[in-house]
Amino acid sequence: MATQSTLPAAATREAYGPALLKLAEAGHDIVALDADLSASTGGNKLASAFPSRWFTVGAAEANMISMAAGLASTGKTVYAASFAVFLPGHCFDQIRVHIAQQQMNVKLIASHGGISVGEDGASAQAIEDLALMTSLPGMNVVAPSDAVEAEAVICAAANDELPWYIRLGRPKLPIVYGNGASFRLGQADQLRDGSDLTLAACGLMLEPTLRAADALAEEGVSARVLNIATLKPLDEQAIVRAAEETGAFVTAEEHNVIGGLGSAVARTLALHRPTPMEQVGIQDTFGQSGPWQSLLEHYGLTAEAVVAAARRALARK
Amino acid sequence: MERSGDMTTSTESAADPALLIDVCKRIRRHIVTMTHAAQSGHPGGSLSATEIFAALYFGGVVRHDPSEPQWKQRDRVILSKGHATPVVYATLAEAGYFDEALIPTFRSMGTELQGHVVRNRPAGVEMSGGALGMGLSFAVGVALGHQLDGLADDEGHVFVVVGDGELNEGQNWEAIMSASHFGLQRITAVLDRNHYQNDGPGNEIMRIDPVGEKWTAFGWGVQHVDGHDVIAVRDALLKARERRDAPQVVICETVKGQGVSFMAENPSGWHGKGPSDAQLDQALMEIEAGL
Repeated sequence: MATQSTLPAAATREAYGPALLKLAEAGHDIVALDADLSASTGGNKLASAFPSRWFTVGAAEANMISMAAGLASTGKTVYAASFAVFLPGHCFDQIRVHIAQQQMNVKLIASHGGISVGEDGASAQAIEDLALMTSLPGMNVVAPSDAVEAEAVICAAANDELPWYIRLGRPKLPIVYGNGASFRLGQADQLRDGSDLTLAACGLMLEPTLRAADALAEEGVSARVLNIATLKPLDEQAIVRAAEETGAFVTAEEHNVIGGLGSAVARTLALHRPTPMEQVGIQDTFGQSGPWQSLLEHYGLTAEAVVAAARRALARK
Repeated sequence: MERSGDMTTSTESAADPALLIDVCKRIRRHIVTMTHAAQSGHPGGSLSATEIFAALYFGGVVRHDPSEPQWKQRDRVILSKGHATPVVYATLAEAGYFDEALIPTFRSMGTELQGHVVRNRPAGVEMSGGALGMGLSFAVGVALGHQLDGLADDEGHVFVVVGDGELNEGQNWEAIMSASHFGLQRITAVLDRNHYQNDGPGNEIMRIDPVGEKWTAFGWGVQHVDGHDVIAVRDALLKARERRDAPQVVICETVKGQGVSFMAENPSGWHGKGPSDAQLDQALMEIEAGL
């Protein structure tokens, strides 16, 4: 259960190195690969303690992914990490054929997802990775909301033999799961109950969405909050139940509004329970350089934007 | 698991050139028969690789066991030029991985014999492919895994069959660089140098010469061999399997469509289609005659 946490802010990517160490120390037969960004992904934390379990392939993501599949074919649980613009951006075909079609035990760790990469600008800001990954049959896709949940996701992946795509982020964020995260693949986590509408978020938009629910409560609006960290397999049951019980929906994500969480929820609602719905997300445009907080404001990824979307959804009930 | 001496290496045919030559004929018959049945598929680049596959599986090169396809210490044979499924299925059927009665189902609905390779369909196919340029990287991962698992030097060798047109894909060179960087000693690439790719002659489409020097510059051991002299191919592969100083490549000079005159004379026309009834009859006759 999420609470206001006093834990220091942390980036979801900071969970990766410690999670790898924890898995190796627990005796998991893991091998981790990096592509010349290991200090940024945190994968290099495995190197000093377990040098035979970590390799860098240089700036060669396609080679890394097919290598990961080959390693997995010998029985290893393989983690392969890079930035979300390169993984899947540089290696979609390798992920498609070698990881998804072969259903390999490879966990794709995509750090620096979304526009919160900040000053590096548009080419470094992945706004389409979740669309690419959820489109692949057999790929599990998860976007954890804080560093606590991220570690739970990375560790849970080691107990599954199927491919996962795990999207992490660069900036330090408030901790939502101060009392620990009970992550289950494919299960939405209801953080607040509510009866007037449902706010569903993933990744870094969860924390502002909780603040939006607080602001709406002050207006007398009872908002249910769902953390839909798993975009695939999607928890359609929780979504449909929330639609039935609240009658309006808002999704919030740091991703293009085409192909991410909002699209997946809209599809589910259209098929099973047509419901007024509004999307908070990047409006089909590429990003630019700037401090990450300024970028979130510029592209409308704020608690205020979620509140405004909630008002629009409520007006359509 | 421990095994000693009961893996299939076909040492009998290894000792007898006539048997190897006969295996090549049988593989070629299957190739033209299945592409005729499917009226599609890739005969040209399968006929060029026939001696390579015959040498690997019937020349005492590859340690494997068709009755136990997941045997951990087995050698791996990976087809990177993943469209050349006819030569793979023909070889695996001859080696006892599946009943050759399945061969006419090639490319039909519900078949195990998919148009491009699919891992474990049938057993013995080690990697899914068809998107060119990925096999060497997969092979590097397998060889690294075998090294981490502490397999003995002569166990778990990885053979990866690559096309020359395929070398246009940049990922190959990432993989070639990484194999020598990681000091992998149990990986052998086999290049089917048939000089043609989908659109025409390789050196007109995208020149890869001097291809041997390129591999040398990337730190590999290089052998050149006549890819249709099955004994020479076998000897080169055995030598590569024994080397421990660097990853190895055997560059096999081949003819696309070898063994069937009208295919070999018009390789661009026979990259991806099946022969007609009359063409099948001619092809079978020529293969039998060993023209």
